[in-house]
Amino acid sequence: MKSILNKAVLTASGFLFACELSAQNEAASGSNIFIYTLVGIAIVLFFGMLINVADNLIGIEAKQNNIDVDENGLAFLPGLNHLFGGKAPSYTGGTPVTILNRGHDILLEGEASGAIEDATQVTRVAVQPPNFLGLQPIPKLTVAVGDTVKAGDQVFFDKKMPEVAFVAPVSGEVIEVNRGAKRAISEIVILADKEQKYRQFDTPDASADRGALVDFLKESGAWALLRQRPYNVIPDPAVTPRDIFVSTFDTAPLAPNNDLVVAGQEAAFQQGIDVLARLTDGQVHLGLNGNGDAAPAAAFTDAQNASKRFFKGQHPAGNVGVQLHHTAPVGGTDVVWTLGVQEVIALGNLFLNGRIDSTRVVGIVGAEVSEPKYVRTYAGANVGELLSGNLSDNKVRLISGDVLSGLAKAENGYLNFFDDQLTVIAEGDYYEMFGWLIPSSLRPTISNTFPNFLLPEVKFEADTNTHGEKRAFVVTNDYEQVMPMDVYTQQLMKSIIINDIERMEGLGILELVEEDVALCEFVCVSKQPLQHILRQGLDLMREQG
Amino acid sequence: MKKALLNFFERIEPDKEKSPFLHTAYDAFFTFAFTPNEVTAKGVHIRDGMDLKRTMVHVVLALQLLYVFGTYNIGDQHFDALGMYPGVFEGLHLKIFYGLVKILPIFVVTHLVGLGVEFYYAAKKGHAVEEGFLVSGALIPLIMPPDIPLWILTVSIIFAVVIGKEAFGGTGMNILNIALLARVFVFFAYPTYISGDEVWIAGIEKIGPGMYAGQEYGAVYGVLDSIFGAFGWATFGEGQQAVIDGFTGATPLGLAAKGGWEAVTQYYTVDQMWWGNIPGSIGETSKPLILLGALFLILTKVADWRIMVSAVVGFVACGLMINGIAPDTFGPGTAGIFKFMAVPWYYHFYMGSFFFAMAFMATDPVTAASTGTGKWIYGFFIGFVGLIIRILNPAYPEGWMLAILFMNVFAPLIDHYVFEANVNRRAKRQAAIAAARAESAPVANEAVAAE
Repeated sequence: MKSILNKAVLTASGFLFACELSAQNEAASGSNIFIYTLVGIAIVLFFGMLINVADNLIGIEAKQNNIDVDENGLAFLPGLNHLFGGKAPSYTGGTPVTILNRGHDILLEGEASGAIEDATQVTRVAVQPPNFLGLQPIPKLTVAVGDTVKAGDQVFFDKKMPEVAFVAPVSGEVIEVNRGAKRAISEIVILADKEQKYRQFDTPDASADRGALVDFLKESGAWALLRQRPYNVIPDPAVTPRDIFVSTFDTAPLAPNNDLVVAGQEAAFQQGIDVLARLTDGQVHLGLNGNGDAAPAAAFTDAQNASKRFFKGQHPAGNVGVQLHHTAPVGGTDVVWTLGVQEVIALGNLFLNGRIDSTRVVGIVGAEVSEPKYVRTYAGANVGELLSGNLSDNKVRLISGDVLSGLAKAENGYLNFFDDQLTVIAEGDYYEMFGWLIPSSLRPTISNTFPNFLLPEVKFEADTNTHGEKRAFVVTNDYEQVMPMDVYTQQLMKSIIINDIERMEGLGILELVEEDVALCEFVCVSKQPLQHILRQGLDLMREQG
Repeated sequence: MKKALLNFFERIEPDKEKSPFLHTAYDAFFTFAFTPNEVTAKGVHIRDGMDLKRTMVHVVLALQLLYVFGTYNIGDQHFDALGMYPGVFEGLHLKIFYGLVKILPIFVVTHLVGLGVEFYYAAKKGHAVEEGFLVSGALIPLIMPPDIPLWILTVSIIFAVVIGKEAFGGTGMNILNIALLARVFVFFAYPTYISGDEVWIAGIEKIGPGMYAGQEYGAVYGVLDSIFGAFGWATFGEGQQAVIDGFTGATPLGLAAKGGWEAVTQYYTVDQMWWGNIPGSIGETSKPLILLGALFLILTKVADWRIMVSAVVGFVACGLMINGIAPDTFGPGTAGIFKFMAVPWYYHFYMGSFFFAMAFMATDPVTAASTGTGKWIYGFFIGFVGLIIRILNPAYPEGWMLAILFMNVFAPLIDHYVFEANVNRRAKRQAAIAAARAESAPVANEAVAAE
């Protein structure tokens, strides 16, 4: 479809060029120009048709031989992508490559580097039920304050799916159960033992039948590693996913480099993929990083049992939602699962060692961190302890996750379950004189009204100032510059605001979760809360079934 | 300095409950001087430096050269008609001050009235003053004739802002372009002030059938004269000079509509039309400066280049079509319209306000189509319909205002079909994936069918 459109554009521009030429002839009087133009159009149309027919024949031939015309550039008329699109890097070999032209990398100060340190200073670790979307607001606790648990012991379950266990990441004593609004349980805090004790599981073989694997995942707490699209919720155990998607790279600002994360865990990653492959009727899809000068880690490129595809482009090319959209989108009643690299490794380690693996590599990043670095800690580690002695004196915001879709945390808060970075940036509660006209400092932006396009390498010290007030939707070309999906973001948001369920489904709300529109929210000239609006729409869709 | 100003603003903040209008006005000026100290609350933690104020002000910046040239051209056209100071720089101070005396009241009244209405509604609805009128207020003076009576201007702006914008919910909600709505109001309610051959040159009065003379200079010019006299410069004098022989106040388009390209070249050279030294609305005449502004908007991505390009494409297509059906040879009795139709399409770029409309009016993001595909269609039809109205409409030889307003009304429809196409594409794609799955797992399907 797209290639046909490309060709139509090329043909049309050729035709217009011909018109221009014929019109240049000043000496010709009115009617002559008209006749020449008609003849010109006829000739161009005739040859255009001829070429199009030839092109279609090639297409049919290619289809019979199972060759992808777009992928291999086999068509008679080149597509626009082949003429103007980026070039795929050489290391991709025979793996398909998707080049995404829309997007924007926000370069920030405070990138983590160096070897991974062990975060020995962390003593408190929390399980946070709100991290797992789609649960009932008040889950059923199976531990009480004062109990001791082993890593892998159940701490709570959801009343709707009681067979799915949510387990303690570490062994130790349950010291607090904190409640949030409407008495919903927000944190179950465990004081970790110095010497970790694990609950040993009887692991089924990775090649066991699907039912046995699912039962084991539910019992061992590994079910919580999975997330289901649409909605980004904990999957319904009764539904077999169409496919499973894993993005092996993260393009979000200051995101950890997964090549480092997977180093030394290659076997666990492959084991995780093997298990996942048993859980779906379809395939496990790996999204590989096509941005680097060198190939990504061999653990990703040489992974077995999975279908692989390279993605080249700026953020959000690394978002699993974007990769999904360009591989096999969800919609209708489709259900797919998504996992991050660290969740796959945790799953693999469970099957390799028979005990849960809650260790996570976390990037401590941001301009307000004195020494940005990678640490190995537990999922749900205490934020203050992670940062102790590594923080500047300014007024800062601690973010579990990246600056686009992470959550703000207090100093005694805990890292969210799925987050692999802790970002610290300055608060921006200052007045800026004529800030909208003459900005006093460099700031990340996609707008060419700032000199940023002259400084492509500069890293910014962004703060949390909104740089303007909320307004109605006015500008219409901001989201499309950074949205690499066939989704009309602004119209979708408007249909969510007016609760038009049919329209929002038609416009693709099921393909999106918060992180996919986060960049649109960042660039929004009208400062609209797109992620919040999207979640309202998703909740409404889920409610209405 | 910053601290002192902040303190000053803090001191003068009026009470929101007691005087909402004052507080709204205060808030508007305060947020003008200072970007507020708001921080991100939910969702993203950092925000792009771009906001609506900055977007709007870049359009205003793109118009600045047109203001400068427009001011000069008002005076230049006036003195040209009187046969005085023919050189570009001769009597420069007179031309500029003559232009200023004309344009300043228009500019001030536009902003006082427009912003007054905006402030009133913002106070009434309890929201912050939005930036929409920044651009409308900069555009309206440029699309008015220099002699527009200020009361007509006032009425038209009130109409445009109240009926065109506030009735629909404010900035971002309007269907029709505000600046053009103000102009179209004058056009239909007071046509003699904005169309015909007698309104485009400032300060020329009709003293009898076919007889014109310069205006009598009033008190303001007397004051200026006393200053110029002190420097020993040329002065305005009393006024009421006779116009030059063969004077016509008609714009090139007005001439072309009656006598084709030959009639135009009797009075104006191509160079003159290109550089903008012709009568017309204040800001529409200088093509190079408009194109500079358009380039600025494209490079900063404030306006969408797709609309501009497709408008040119539509313009060319329509021009070729009309040239094609125009007669080859003219007799003495040929009606003017046929001569107009035969004007080669590329000469149409020199006359009228196509570039101004394309660059600054058609690209208004609120009233244009909002999708990429929609923008191509929208722009094309503006170019196409506008030229049809310009040439084939018997009453009035220009069409961009009406074409853009016409397409403003159709923009939501165009978008609707683009969205429908997206919905259908998604449905088709999903069906294809489902079919592929059914193909790869026929056994399972048969089992289902058997049940």
